[in-house]
Amino acid sequence: MIKNISNLGDAALYCDFGNEVNKSINSEVIKYFKTIKEKKFEGINNLTPSYNKLIISYDLKKTNFKKVKNYVENINPEDSIDINSKKLEIPVCFHENFSMDIKRLEEILKLSKEKILENFLNKEYFCYMTGFIAGMPFLGDLDENMRAQRLETPRVKVPKGSVALTEQFANIYTFESPGGWNILGNTPLDVFDSLKEDKPNLINPGDTVIFKEITLDQYKNYNE
Amino acid sequence: MSSNYLDIIRPGINTTFQDKGRDHLYHIGIPFSGAMDNRNYLIANKLVNNNLNSAVIEFAYQGPHIKYSGEKINFAITGDVIFSIKKKDTEIEGKCYESYQIENGDEINIISTNKSVYGYLALGGELDLKFQWNSCSINTKANIGSNDGKKLDVGQRVNLKKINSNKDIKKTNYINTKIENIRVIKGTNFDYFSEEGKKIFYEKEFTVSKLSDRMGMRLEGPKIDNIVNTNIKSEGLIKGVIQVPADGNPIIMLSDHGTIGGYPKIGVVASVDYDRLVQMSPGSKIKFKEINLSDAETLSKLYEMETQNLLSQI
Repeated sequence: MIKNISNLGDAALYCDFGNEVNKSINSEVIKYFKTIKEKKFEGINNLTPSYNKLIISYDLKKTNFKKVKNYVENINPEDSIDINSKKLEIPVCFHENFSMDIKRLEEILKLSKEKILENFLNKEYFCYMTGFIAGMPFLGDLDENMRAQRLETPRVKVPKGSVALTEQFANIYTFESPGGWNILGNTPLDVFDSLKEDKPNLINPGDTVIFKEITLDQYKNYNE
Repeated sequence: MSSNYLDIIRPGINTTFQDKGRDHLYHIGIPFSGAMDNRNYLIANKLVNNNLNSAVIEFAYQGPHIKYSGEKINFAITGDVIFSIKKKDTEIEGKCYESYQIENGDEINIISTNKSVYGYLALGGELDLKFQWNSCSINTKANIGSNDGKKLDVGQRVNLKKINSNKDIKKTNYINTKIENIRVIKGTNFDYFSEEGKKIFYEKEFTVSKLSDRMGMRLEGPKIDNIVNTNIKSEGLIKGVIQVPADGNPIIMLSDHGTIGGYPKIGVVASVDYDRLVQMSPGSKIKFKEINLSDAETLSKLYEMETQNLLSQI
């Protein structure tokens, strides 16, 4: 449930679902997100679901805080049953060309590369949200012993396809971008495709993801 | 192919095609983009008898030098811009907020914006551009939009799909007003900052840093001290949000911003001041002034009415 609604500036509603990050709170966020998206309320021009918040931006020429707040307070998210989540398998290559931060992770986590990969691959991940850069999925949760902080100095360029970790989350860099996450491997899969306007994101909030290891040869031949 | 086109002799520093931008995409990580200074964008289109949401060429600081080939066409430039028009043997200095007619072989040389950042070049017709999600706006970070999502480059040719038959010359006396204060609404993490930090935010001057672009405007000045947590759980952003990372220097989210972020939000720029905010060039001084939501809504309405009024007089 939404615990509190406030304004974020004069053109957005800030819906607070709590401070915890967990699947049940995030599912609530996604339920609201999907319901509001379906209903297309006049003036709402963007919805940004995240771990435990939903930000609803609107066009001040068409509506205002009071109207959107009143609308959100009176919708029943249970109405939308169609959560429509997928289960996806993402191939990842952990060759040393790709696992740029494996040494750092081995030191921080005090685990061997084999153990890190085993932990990473033995897990089903939940997509909390997508964004920051187009299509980037925020996946959780990593086990307690797999959690590392961001790099002290972010990289100017993280290669496209990088699979990286920070705190309890894993993500995938959908295109080359600056970034400070710990890079573990790389996927040959296009996780974001701007030419598919209907469905540019391969992974969407609410989806489940598992990673599967592939060799360098399989990686190279993947898109052929 | 097309018989009416532009050749880019010099692209300028940050020249892109922009229109009204794209919406309903934050949840997949795609920001609005679109013309930074919306009012000047609309005026540019109106001056050349275009639909108001037509694509224009947006430039920052140094603009493009363009050679035109084809039948007669009108163009207009808005903002605070120094440019010249070269016809056969003569070169005249151009004035913003006036449309001009050019013909085959004429050149437009946009030298620079004057104590501002963005300017707009509208051509009376329709540029032949690729649309993605109903917009040709270029987002160079995600390579989305027309021109493969990249800035305009030297030597490239831009075709026109059509030329307006209405070639009436138009003019308006608009002046870009500078404002002393940028009005802000308290952010959702306002209480993360020390009493001293809050005071600094509203009372001290900040300087626009060189590290500013279509994604964000970085500010330098007295540090704003955070007493709760320098990180929050990542959550949605909108344009105008002022985040303060651990180093205490505010960053204002602009039209191409990342859609989510994990720094505390001290404030949000009121919509009414956004067009003027983006025009503040590096070195400019900014002071923030707090306003409440209801005043911000009223001011935004007035600003919009003023824009409509300006457009209706052209």
